Amino acid sequence: MSDFVAVGWPLFIAIVTIAGLAACLVLLFIASRRKVMAGDNTTGHVWDEDLRELNNPLPLWWMGLFVLTVLFGALYLVLYPGLGTHPGQLRWTSQSEYESEMARGRAQVEPLYARFTTMSAAELARDPQAHALGERLFINNCAQCHGSDARGSKGFPNLTDTDWLHGGSPEQIAQSIAQGRQGMMPPMAAAVGSADDVRNVANYVLSLSGSPHDSIAAQIGRTKFTACAACHGPGGKGNPALGAPNLSDRIWLHGWGEEAVVRMINEGKTNLMPAHAGRLSDAQIQVLAAYVWGLSNGGATTTAAAK
Amino acid sequence: MSRPASRVIPIAPVSDDTGEMVSLYAKQATIHARSVHGWFAAWRWALVWLTQLVFYGLPWLPWNGRPAVLFDLGARRFYIFDLVLYPQDFIYLTGLLILSAYGLFLFTAVAGRLWCGYACPQTVYTEIFMWVEHHIEGDRQARLKLDAAPWGAAKLARRSAKHAVWLAIGLWTGFTFVGYFTPIRELGGEVLALIGLAGPGSAGPGPWEAFWVLFYGFATYGNAGFMREQVCKYMCPYARFQSAMFDHDTLIISYDGGRGEPRGSRPRSLAHDALAAQGKGDCIDCTLCVQVCPTGIDIREGLQYECIGCAACIDVCNGVMDKMAYPRGLIRYATQNGLTAGQSRLDWRRVFRPRVLVYGVILLLISVGFVTSLVLRSPMRVDVVRDRGTLARLVDEGRIENVYRLQIMNATESEQRYRVVVSGIAGAQAQVRDEVRLAPAESRWVPVAVQVPPQSAAALGPGAHPLRFEIIREADGMQPAASVSEKSTFVVPR
Repeated sequence: MSDFVAVGWPLFIAIVTIAGLAACLVLLFIASRRKVMAGDNTTGHVWDEDLRELNNPLPLWWMGLFVLTVLFGALYLVLYPGLGTHPGQLRWTSQSEYESEMARGRAQVEPLYARFTTMSAAELARDPQAHALGERLFINNCAQCHGSDARGSKGFPNLTDTDWLHGGSPEQIAQSIAQGRQGMMPPMAAAVGSADDVRNVANYVLSLSGSPHDSIAAQIGRTKFTACAACHGPGGKGNPALGAPNLSDRIWLHGWGEEAVVRMINEGKTNLMPAHAGRLSDAQIQVLAAYVWGLSNGGATTTAAAK
Repeated sequence: MSRPASRVIPIAPVSDDTGEMVSLYAKQATIHARSVHGWFAAWRWALVWLTQLVFYGLPWLPWNGRPAVLFDLGARRFYIFDLVLYPQDFIYLTGLLILSAYGLFLFTAVAGRLWCGYACPQTVYTEIFMWVEHHIEGDRQARLKLDAAPWGAAKLARRSAKHAVWLAIGLWTGFTFVGYFTPIRELGGEVLALIGLAGPGSAGPGPWEAFWVLFYGFATYGNAGFMREQVCKYMCPYARFQSAMFDHDTLIISYDGGRGEPRGSRPRSLAHDALAAQGKGDCIDCTLCVQVCPTGIDIREGLQYECIGCAACIDVCNGVMDKMAYPRGLIRYATQNGLTAGQSRLDWRRVFRPRVLVYGVILLLISVGFVTSLVLRSPMRVDVVRDRGTLARLVDEGRIENVYRLQIMNATESEQRYRVVVSGIAGAQAQVRDEVRLAPAESRWVPVAVQVPPQSAAALGPGAHPLRFEIIREADGMQPAASVSEKSTFVVPR
């Protein structure tokens, strides 16, 4: 990838570079043909009455080193990108270097995971080495959103409880990690009705989990809940197949209380868990899923060293 | 007897023939130094043995089931006997460099280029290579003859034998050098596999290991076999700046011109007492001091920048003085002031002059600080990092929770268990999910949740408040408990 889009620049750079190398050689050649008078080999400069600068010959090998550096430069420019847009005979790019290093890294850790591919999630969660690996993968890849302790925060689900939006089996967790998930709550105000209807249904939703609510409003809003039941189920128990949260527990991912529920009904919400299949290998995802599963299903409680 | 306080060193023209034109690039004449024996040569050999026993021996020394000295760049761990250093301990390298620098300043101020003459690897390997050369090709005269001789079977045999031995020493040196970074026994196995002496299934050395063995081996062969004095004259920066530490009380290799001149040959029968009457000095002009000089200078012209202070000329001249039954010390370690004052002995009062005392005191202070700091080094390191995703959250019963990651590093060589305690906020409690147990030299991120009861949070009010973490290493049978304290902040939401 060249930074220079105009045609002239690469040519200009190449000419300047090659001319510079050639000038070095010419200078060396001229200097090697020059002679100095042997009798008094000082430069003629005198400081502090008796300090004189000598003009002694340089060792020949030093000049040889100069020539070698010029040759090295020339060879480098042939093999590697340096002359404008010339890609170099080795076709080296920083991107290919990165990719080969990543591939080498993956090949290096592969044997680590070989043992785990045949193990079940329960075994993995109990295995100290898998647990340590999972912990590290989690800290490096998941903790940014879900928190170092995996308890999440507003908008980012808690992974240590038993409330799962998309199912909590190891396979489902692995699928969430690999494919990502998209939580989609459409704006439902139109389906529910007027602003009062929305407030009433919100109070009904709060009543499902025994949260503080206005019981009269909840009674009125109960009939309007049919619009919500399509996804959240008639009792508001949620539906993991759709990623619809359970409304009858006290876990509120996007905020708790009447205001938050009203805003959710009015505005809806799109929440995204990014896919990691390209970033993590299948074995890594398996180990990570088992670790996450173990957080709420009693994984290893003692961690030994990962070798 | 009065002497001039200083003498002008004559400029040696590049050619005796005035009017001759000389190229700006000159091929260097090979210097064939004559071998030398004596007091200072013995010291040099003692230092050759000492430094090289350490250099070649250390990688092979086992210690706690690992090499005693190993610089594991891949794992970023430096093992030096019982000491394990981490990247965080990089300051010790700075300390080591400062110690080396002040050590160099100190003994350069006292006795000139001592390091160059006796202990510098360039000198030491040159000495070893010259010993090989001396034993295969003979001494100076024989080597000069061999250089001039036409190529024949005998010359070829001697030359190739010499280079074979040199290359072997060079390769072994390169192998040893890499053995400081890769456990040398493994490296040895890899090399054996490479030349087909190991069992099947053993891998050869990695490309970088092979490169460094060859590179370092080639550098040893080239520098000690061919470059020799050129390194000191044209490449070495220390050689240049050591002259800045010289003063008129620095011991330098000096020719006592007042005693030696006028030089010249004389019959052996002439007694020392009768010399003055004959108008002769003590120097018999045998030029042995020039022949033994590894940098090819004539010390009788005074101190020159090429002189590395190896004292070979002192040893050989003392031998000649003994043969002539003259007193020793025509060429000797002496100071400019001492020579001017005509002293034959060292004036110790001048050795302990302010410059030397200051260097000595600084060196002592830094050494004490360095050792103390190493002894008191904490067996663990801790970093507290607040989670960025969530500043604070409300959990059961209105408690406020903040999440932190502790990077704990076990700087010991045994497994350790740790506890985390927080202080600074009333009722604050740290919760760690699992028991924190770290393998030797392992470092790990440990998530820690800190909960503060609602009444403390209300008393503090919203905002960030100081919090102190104490990470306690549990005592075991071997060692007492240790702890590290780290500051952080606790956020109470609005």
